[in-house]
Amino acid sequence: MTEPIFELNDIVVTVNHGTPEQINIMDHVNLSVFPGDFITILGSNGAGKSTLFNVIGGNLPVTSGQILLNGKDITSMSVEKRTRFLSRVFQDPKMGTAPRMTVAENLLLSEKRGQRRGFAPRHLKTHMDKFKQITSVMNNGLEHRLNTATGKLSGGQRQALSFLMATIKRPDILLLDEHTAALDPQTSQELMTATNDQITRNHLTCLMITHHLDDALKYGNRLIVLDNGRITYDISGDEKDNLTKEELLSFFNDIEE
Amino acid sequence: MSIIVSAIGQGLTWGIVGIGLFLTFRILDFPDMTVEGTFPMGAAACVAAIYSGASPLVATLIAFVAGMLAGLVTGFLYTKGKIPVLLAGILVMTAAYSVNLRIMGRANLSLFDKPTMLKNHFLESLPPYFDSVVLGIVVVAIVTALIVYFLQTNLGQAFIATGDNPNMARSLGISTDAMQIMGLGVSNGLIGLGGALVAQNNGFADVNMGIGVIVVALASIIIGEVVFGDLTMNQRLIAVTIGSILYRFVILLVLKLGFNANDLNLISAIVLALFMMFPVLEKRFRIRHTLAKGMTKHD
Repeated sequence: MTEPIFELNDIVVTVNHGTPEQINIMDHVNLSVFPGDFITILGSNGAGKSTLFNVIGGNLPVTSGQILLNGKDITSMSVEKRTRFLSRVFQDPKMGTAPRMTVAENLLLSEKRGQRRGFAPRHLKTHMDKFKQITSVMNNGLEHRLNTATGKLSGGQRQALSFLMATIKRPDILLLDEHTAALDPQTSQELMTATNDQITRNHLTCLMITHHLDDALKYGNRLIVLDNGRITYDISGDEKDNLTKEELLSFFNDIEE
Repeated sequence: MSIIVSAIGQGLTWGIVGIGLFLTFRILDFPDMTVEGTFPMGAAACVAAIYSGASPLVATLIAFVAGMLAGLVTGFLYTKGKIPVLLAGILVMTAAYSVNLRIMGRANLSLFDKPTMLKNHFLESLPPYFDSVVLGIVVVAIVTALIVYFLQTNLGQAFIATGDNPNMARSLGISTDAMQIMGLGVSNGLIGLGGALVAQNNGFADVNMGIGVIVVALASIIIGEVVFGDLTMNQRLIAVTIGSILYRFVILLVLKLGFNANDLNLISAIVLALFMMFPVLEKRFRIRHTLAKGMTKHD
C-alpha cells in the first residue's frame, strides 16, 4: 500500500467558542489522500466543503487535530508557505487572476508559485512560445489573447486561465472549489472536460468540490460526501465506478431526513 | 518666459512626488495620507543634515531614508496592526508634524547661505530657473528608470499583482504584507526625496509645507491620465511627470487671472476635482467631441 501524500487527523474547527452558538464546523474529520487520487466532494450548503478547503489551504486555523504532508506536520504552516505544494482554483473567475495584468503576465506570476521573487528581470518574451502552447490545450482561443488584460476575458477564458495558473507549476495537491459553477452549462462542460484531461494526463492529486451529481460520478476515482462537518461517505475504485445516480440520490435523501 | 521655465522646473521636481504617490495610489490602490507628513519630513531632514555639515547630495539621500522610515511605520500599522490604511496614514502624518519640529528644532529653516544641489558652477552658469529644470530632469530620469526596471522584475510583478488582486497574490505564495510595507516605504522615500528637492529649490524648509501635497501629487497623476488616456505601465509613469508640469501651467494660468498665492490650495483642490470629474463631465457635455469640432476648419 502506498503512503498517503496528505492526511487530516481528527480535525476539529470550532466557531463561536464559549457562546451558546458554539458549533463544530469541522467535526473530527479524518481523511487520507493518496498520490494520484482525484476526489470529488459533494455536500449540501453548510456541510463544510469550503471549510475543508480552507483548513487544507491554511486560511482557517484548526481548533485541534493534525495536518500532515508526506508525513510531515504542517498544521500551523502559513497560507503563503503552503502554496509551495498546494494550488487552488476558486468558483469566482475574479478570484484567481489579476485583472489589469495580461494573460501572459498572470501565467508568469503563477510559474513562480511559492518561490522567492527577486530583482532579476522577468524575461516575459522568452516565455511566450511556451505560454502559447500551454494555453492552446484549453481549446477556447486563450492562446490568441496572451497580451490581453485578464479583466477583458470572458468568464470561461478567465476560469480556464485560473486552472492553468494552478497547474503550470505542478502542485502536489490541487484544490478545485466548484470552479465551473459560475459558467454557462456549455462552457462549464468544456472546462470540466479539459480539467479532467489535464488531471488524468499529468496524474495530478486533486480534490474537487462540485454540486453536480453527474460530474461527481463521472470524474475521479473517489467520492466523498460531507454533512454537518463530517465525512459521511467515502467510496473509491470499482465501488465508485459502479455507483449509480439513484443510489447516490437515495443516500442524499437519507441525510436530509 | 522665465516664469514658464520656472513652472517646468517645479513640475519636474514635484513629478517625483507624483511618481511616489503613484506607487501606492495606483498600483497598491491605497489612499496613503502619510505623504503630507513625509514631504516636509524629507525637507526637514535634508535641511537639518546640510546644517550639520552633510553635503547636499548626502542630505538629499538622508531625506529619502527619513521618508521611507515613516512609510514603513504606516506599512506596519496597516499590515501587522490591522489599522485601516487611511487611518494609519493619518496617524503617521500627525506624528510626523512633531518629529519634523524636533528634526529642525524650530518651525522653519532657511538655506540662504548654505550649499544646496543647485549651488554649483555648472547649474549657476545657466540662465535663471534652468538650474531646477536640469536638476529635475536628471532626478526624474533616474527615479523613473529605476522604477521602470523594478516593475519588470519578478519582485516588481509580485508588487503589481498584490495591488491588482491580493487574494490571488497570496494564493501564489506572494507575501502581500511584505509587498505593501515595501510599497509604502519606497513611495514615501520618494516623497521625502521630492520634499528635499523642493526645499533646496525654495531655499527653506517649513513644517507646514506638507499641507495639500497629496492633492498636488494626485493632480499630477490624474491630469496625466486624463490627457493621455490608455497607456502601458511605463508610459503611465512618464505621464505622471508630464501631468505634474501641466498642473503647474494650470496654476500659472489661474494666478494670471488675479488669484493670489494664498488661494493656491483652494485652486489645487478645484483643479483636481475638475480633472477627476472629467469622465462624468465628458459624458454629459461631450467635451472631446466639442474640442475636436473646435479644432477642425469651418467649411
